[in-house]
Amino acid sequence: MFSYCADPDTLGTFRWFSCYLTNGVHWSFYLSFIKVLALLAVTAPVALGFGFAGAMAARSHFPPLSWLGKGYIAIVRGVPDIAFFLFFVIALDQAFEWTRHKILCPDWTDPIRQGNDFIVCQAAKLPLGTAPEWVHETYGFFLAVITFSIVFGAFAANVLFGGMRAVPHAQLETAEAYGMNRRQTFWKILVPQMWVYALPGLSNLWMVLIKATPLLFLLGVEDIVYWARELGGTKTSKFTQYPHGDWRMWYFLFLLIFYLGMTRFSEIGLEKLMRRLSHGQATSGGELLRKETTA
Amino acid sequence: MSCIQTIQDYGLRSFGFGERLLPKTDFTLCEQFTLIGSGMIWNIYFGVMALATGFFLATALAVGKASTNKWLRKPAEWFIFLFRGSPLFIQFFFAYFFFLSLKKTYPMFDAFTSAWLGALIVLFLNTAAYSGEIFYGALRSIPKGDIEAADAYGMSGWSRFRRIVWPTMLRLAWPAYTNEAIFLFHATTLVFFSAFPAWQQRGDALYYASYFADKTFNPFIPYPILAFYFILLTLVIVGGFGLINKRLNRHLPTAKRAKMRFKLNLAR
Repeated sequence: MFSYCADPDTLGTFRWFSCYLTNGVHWSFYLSFIKVLALLAVTAPVALGFGFAGAMAARSHFPPLSWLGKGYIAIVRGVPDIAFFLFFVIALDQAFEWTRHKILCPDWTDPIRQGNDFIVCQAAKLPLGTAPEWVHETYGFFLAVITFSIVFGAFAANVLFGGMRAVPHAQLETAEAYGMNRRQTFWKILVPQMWVYALPGLSNLWMVLIKATPLLFLLGVEDIVYWARELGGTKTSKFTQYPHGDWRMWYFLFLLIFYLGMTRFSEIGLEKLMRRLSHGQATSGGELLRKETTA
Repeated sequence: MSCIQTIQDYGLRSFGFGERLLPKTDFTLCEQFTLIGSGMIWNIYFGVMALATGFFLATALAVGKASTNKWLRKPAEWFIFLFRGSPLFIQFFFAYFFFLSLKKTYPMFDAFTSAWLGALIVLFLNTAAYSGEIFYGALRSIPKGDIEAADAYGMSGWSRFRRIVWPTMLRLAWPAYTNEAIFLFHATTLVFFSAFPAWQQRGDALYYASYFADKTFNPFIPYPILAFYFILLTLVIVGGFGLINKRLNRHLPTAKRAKMRFKLNLAR
C-alpha cells in the first residue's frame, strides 16, 4: 500500500507492521467484518419477521396452525443450534435444487438420490456451474442468512409469544367491549403494547445473535474466523514477503476484543432504547423514570 | 452384520475402543444410531464435568460480584463480562492456539491442546461466568427478611452464608440454572468444530452426525438422530434438576413453592 513497502526486509518493526496490516489479504480480512455486520443487519429483521409469524401461528385458534407454531418454537430449544445450522445449509440447498429439478427437467427419469449421491440435472444446479465466482459466494451467504433467520426466528417467536401473553388481559377485554373484532384487537391494541414486554427478551436475543455470527465459518462462508485462521498461520518467506510464526493466537485475541466491543456497544444502545420505550408505561421501569423526572 | 455386532464394534468408538475404521459405505440406521450415541458420551462428559467444577467458581464469582470490596468486585465483574461478552466459539479457538504456543515453550502443556482437557477448561470458565451472573442475580433478590432473621438469631459470617444465604440463592437461581445447564450441554457440540482436533476420529455426537451427512449427502437421517438424543438428554436434565429443585423448596408450604418454569430464558 505504501511506497516503502516494496522491500519489507529493510523496514523497522513499526513500518513493517504498517505494510503487513495493509497488504491485499488483510483487506479481505477487513471486508469479512462487513460480511458479519451485513449478516446481522439482514438477519435481525428477517428473524423478527419469522418470529412474529411463528408467535401469531402459536396463538391461532385453528389447532394445526397453533401446533405448527408451538412445534417450531419447541424444537429449536431442545436441540443444539449448531446442529440446525449444519442441517439447514444442506437441506435448504437440496430443497432448492430438488424444486428446480422438478420444474426445469420434468422428463428426467433417474432417481435423484442414487446411493450416496444427490443428482439433479445440469440446469437445476444452484448456482449454475457456469456462474461467476461472486454468484457462488452470494448464494452461500444467502443460505447462511436463511438458516440464521429460521433458527433465530424460533427464538424470537418464543419471546414475542411471551410478550403477547404479558399484555394485561383487561386491555383486550376493553377493546372487545368497544366492539373491536379479533383482528382489530390484535393489531391496534395487542401489538403496540407487547414490545415493551418483549424487549428484554429481544435484547438478550440480539446478544445471542451477535455471539452466533462466528458460526458463519461452519456454513462455508469466508468470514472473520476463516481469515483469522488463514492469516495467522505460519508463513515462510517462500510464499510471502511477510514471513512470520504462528500468530493465530493474536488474531483470535483481536476477534475476542472485537466481540467484547460489540457486546458493550449493544448493551449501551439497548439500555437507551429500553429507557425510551419504558417512558410512560405502567411498568416498574416506567415508574422509575417518572420518579426521576419529578424528583 | 447384526445390530448387536455393530453396537459391540462402535458403541465406545468415540473413546477409541472397538473397530478402528469408521463405516465407509452402505450406512445402516443401526450404525448411525450407535456412532452418534457413542459420541454423546463426550457431550455428557464435557457437560457434567464443566457443570460440576463450574458450580463452585460460579458461587465464588457471585459472592465476589456482590461484594462491597472493590478488589473482589472488579475482577469478578471483568471475568463475567469477558466470558459472557464473547462467543464461546472464539474462546475455543483462542484457548487452543494459546495452549499450542504455550506447549512450544513448556512441553508440560501437551495435554491442554487435546479436547478432553483444553476444551473442558474453556467450558468450565464459560459456564462459571454464566452461572455466576445467574447466582449474582439471585443473591441480590434474597428477601431482606431472611437476612434480618439470620441476624436476629446471632448468625454472621460463614454460618449465615452457609445456612441462609447460599441455600436461598440456589433456590431462587435454580430455574435459570437449569436453563444454563441445558444450554451448556448444547454448547459442548462446538468443541470438535472449533480448533480442537478429533484425534483418530474420536469425536462427539455432532462430529459423527456431520460425518454421516457429508458421506451420504443426506442430512435428513443423522441430524434427526442427533436431535432425538439431545431431546432425550434435555428431558433427563430437566428431570434431574427438577428433583433438586423439589429438595431446595421442601421447607416451603405447597402453595408457595416456586413452580419450575423452564421458559424463562430461551437462550443464555
